[in-house]
Amino acid sequence: MTYVITGSCVKDDSCIEVCPADCIHPKPGDPDFETAEQLYVDPATCIDCDACVEACPVDAVFADFEIPEKFAHTLELNAEFFTEREPAGRSAA
Amino acid sequence: MAESQPRVAIVGAGPAGAFAAARLLRARGDARIDFFERLPTPWGLLRGGVAPDHQEIKRLDERFDTETLQRGCRFFGNVAVGSDLSHAELMDHYTAVVYATGAQTDKSLGIPGEDLPGSRAATEFVAWYNGHPDYRDLDFDLSHERAVVIGNGNVAADVVRLLTRSPDELERTDVADHALEALRESRVREVVVLGRRGPAQVAFTSAELRELGQMEGVDLGIGPEGAELDAVSEEWLAEEGTFTARKNVELLREFAAQPPREDASRRIVLRFLRSPLEIRGDGRVEAVAVGRNELVRDETGALRARPVDGEPELIECGLVLRSVGYRAVPLPDVPFDERAFVLPNDRGRVLTPEGEPLPGVYAVGWIKRGPTGILGTNKRDAEETVTCLAEDLAAGSLPEPPEPPEAIDALLAERSPDLVTVEGWRAIDAQELADGERADRPRVKLASRDELLAAAADGTPAAS
Repeated sequence: MTYVITGSCVKDDSCIEVCPADCIHPKPGDPDFETAEQLYVDPATCIDCDACVEACPVDAVFADFEIPEKFAHTLELNAEFFTEREPAGRSAA
Repeated sequence: MAESQPRVAIVGAGPAGAFAAARLLRARGDARIDFFERLPTPWGLLRGGVAPDHQEIKRLDERFDTETLQRGCRFFGNVAVGSDLSHAELMDHYTAVVYATGAQTDKSLGIPGEDLPGSRAATEFVAWYNGHPDYRDLDFDLSHERAVVIGNGNVAADVVRLLTRSPDELERTDVADHALEALRESRVREVVVLGRRGPAQVAFTSAELRELGQMEGVDLGIGPEGAELDAVSEEWLAEEGTFTARKNVELLREFAAQPPREDASRRIVLRFLRSPLEIRGDGRVEAVAVGRNELVRDETGALRARPVDGEPELIECGLVLRSVGYRAVPLPDVPFDERAFVLPNDRGRVLTPEGEPLPGVYAVGWIKRGPTGILGTNKRDAEETVTCLAEDLAAGSLPEPPEPPEAIDALLAERSPDLVTVEGWRAIDAQELADGERADRPRVKLASRDELLAAAADGTPAAS
């Protein structure tokens, strides 16, 4: 499984601070941080703990089996962000 | 001599001020922090800006509360710095003053007819439907079947949803009662959204765009110009397009390919490469004259919308909401950059016109960096300002203010007989939540200053 971040994300970076697997990107200081409309969880490295769920002040993070219907597309969206990410964004991460 | 407890005034209790207070308490646990807020309620645009159908985002208020008011920050509401209290007086009572006043007005279009009745800033509509007490008496004419929204950014998305969402859905939110009543009677059936540039440059986030396309009973259409990209945009998207821009283009192509929804009772029409030239009407808005643009690269390589010659298109409507950006206003007795519309500052240290730091004066949020970014952007912004403030405190470069700590209470009692403290705010909050619970809504807002002050007074022990 994986956790996913939905469209309610306000880019409060509390989730990044608590993530033990460093799987939430972009991070402050990354070249694509300012233009990103939200933060995303990399399903390839997410270790399925729920630290980000607890940390999020707006309840924007869900386990993939609990995503509300209106955010169903975000499972694919989170994964896609990482497959499409420019190498420049990744290298600075 | 032991360093005394730093006293910090934060002017403006919106998200930037709240993040700054929370960060300051992390950096300096001994700081005594007081918020000065011109409204009787805290949290600024979280309460008065974030749309009522985005309740989940409003939950950030719990975090703000836990990290500031519950940790001893005092709230002085219904106090206007600049009129009730001067900047100099604040400096006499505080080691440091942090301005977090945001951007309180909007950018104008600079076209004829902009001031006709029926033409307003989208931000005024936002303040009205969110129950900002200074805006409740505004009148928005919802009697014509078409409204035009100028601009396609976040605020535009919010006002478009509020104009088209069914009253039955809205009544489950904390939308202001006066707005709900007016929106129930609304005859608006179509909202046309004008974007100066093309589909690849729309300023909506992809989440907002997707939401517009998923609304119950609302059809989302694209104007006759379609959503296909011109050659300049194709190249721009490939070279400079963000993940969001690529997602937006995908979504717009999907929307353009969809047949109109048969069951829809309201309709949103997105128009691209269109700019308003003039707002026309005899004594009130009757139509917007719209010109066509093309995208070109200027000499710096930046993308620009250039007007194309031709007859303007007339779009009949009764309401025009412009949503082309916020703008900060100068604060009395504090330097202001009249070109950038911010307090001149270096990483949050406010500067004199000569470019020297003004000791003890700081800025955070939109008044510091301009009206950009989203809620969380203020967290990093606050970190930067607080780092400067903490450095200055540690370096001993901020002198002890002349007045003793308790003197501010006496001054406030004299200047602000209707001061709202944290107890007053808790009473307002409790009443709004209780009214909400009875009505099966998240909250029922008290939307006039009188009601807010009455509720606050009920919760504040009478002065003995």
